[in-house]
Amino acid sequence: MTADTLELPTRTAAHPAPHALQQGKPEAAPQGTTHDASHVNLLALFRESGIADVLTELDRDLVGLAPVKTRIREIAAQLLVERAREKLGIATGAPTLHMCFSGNPGTGKTTVALRMADVLHRLGYIRRNHLVSVTRDDLVGQYIGHTAPKTRDVLKRAMGGVLFIDEAYYLYRPENERDYGQESIEILLQTMENQRDDLVVILAGYATRMDTFFQSNPGFRSRIAHHITFPDYGAEELLAIAERMLDTMHYRLDCDSRLAFEDYLARRVKQPNFANARSVRNALDRARLRQANRLFAAALDGAQPADPAALTLITAGDIRASRVFERLTPGTHPAAGQSIA
Amino acid sequence: MRITQGTFSFLPDLTDEEIRLQIDYALAQGWACSVEFTDNPHPRNTYWEMWGLPMFDLRDAAGVLQEVNACRASYPQHYIKVNAFDSVRGFETMRLSFIVNRPEVEASLWLERQDSNGRVQRYALQSRAGGARIDAPDAARR
Repeated sequence: MTADTLELPTRTAAHPAPHALQQGKPEAAPQGTTHDASHVNLLALFRESGIADVLTELDRDLVGLAPVKTRIREIAAQLLVERAREKLGIATGAPTLHMCFSGNPGTGKTTVALRMADVLHRLGYIRRNHLVSVTRDDLVGQYIGHTAPKTRDVLKRAMGGVLFIDEAYYLYRPENERDYGQESIEILLQTMENQRDDLVVILAGYATRMDTFFQSNPGFRSRIAHHITFPDYGAEELLAIAERMLDTMHYRLDCDSRLAFEDYLARRVKQPNFANARSVRNALDRARLRQANRLFAAALDGAQPADPAALTLITAGDIRASRVFERLTPGTHPAAGQSIA
Repeated sequence: MRITQGTFSFLPDLTDEEIRLQIDYALAQGWACSVEFTDNPHPRNTYWEMWGLPMFDLRDAAGVLQEVNACRASYPQHYIKVNAFDSVRGFETMRLSFIVNRPEVEASLWLERQDSNGRVQRYALQSRAGGARIDAPDAARR
């Protein structure tokens, strides 16, 4: 904590450790020092910055999301080139990194945003590794004169890091002309424009509603450099996500239950209100519930005490008990929207 | 007459970059910063005007500097200071306080003597507010 906050707020010093290490190595030392007045070794800069670690970590931790990873890679390259230009004294303005994440429910917008502060900090773009996550309630006041101080307060708290506005389209409510959301938007825009060095703003929301939001606030769209669309996950990606979730919760699937879960996903995707990773998590939570119930019932029937293998295994039966399997033609049932379990 | 109140007041005025570093230090200690201003830096004037409320939960000096600059724009000829409040039990007080803005012509303080009943002498510090150079020539002193 103290080591993190006591460092001097310089951008290039965000990762001094790898730099020092490389300088110590005999074979790397010339590369780090050979840049004369007119040359900058981009490769050496890349190695010094620890960007490679950030990118491999992202690849490892996030399933799918190719467009998102591509964009982060591009941003990393841009920041690196900026740093090289700075070394040669080519005048340059800090790039704008305000972003907008749009996509269907459960595609990982919030998860990525939470990681973005970490990534940008390690890339040396923001001074602090911190993220302030807000929604409409935190920005918009309840009476005249309440909104501006409230919004400014949030902006001040986020300075030096990332401000994440979830469900940003709620800020603007066209149906109520006396709504204070507009005032909040104006202050946001002003700060996003004037204090680009101090703050990165990330908006997130469902694609269609974000589109209408931007249509009514054209200034917002043009001030955001990166519009990133989160695609829906494919079948294998959903399965990979499920296995990762189970892994962190210390559960496992065997061969049968994996097949059952694939089957489950194939049916569930076609049903309404499918929310990608969130639906997967809910399905797994319910499977855990059934597993616990099954173990408990077995214990009441006088079965052997459960061993760790039994406690961590989710069987095909736990998954196939889902109501998704009850319907022969998924998605055509009139009450399909309400009764997903 | 240079007013010497608070930390660093015997040093040359801090630059904005130095102010930023000091605020960063205060925030790293978990202290909450606030901005205050006055035209009357009498030592007994403990309560300067508050520029907005104290700022809690900040992580970076940019937010405080923004308020300092806003206050400077409104009161260029006032004394402005940044306070850092420590809420830890046992302290619960200012841990750091330093002046970040001074008027072009500094305020004056001088000692006045009065005779009182008997042959008692009473002393009081009198002060005159500082201000812009043209508005407050030295000849106008009392």
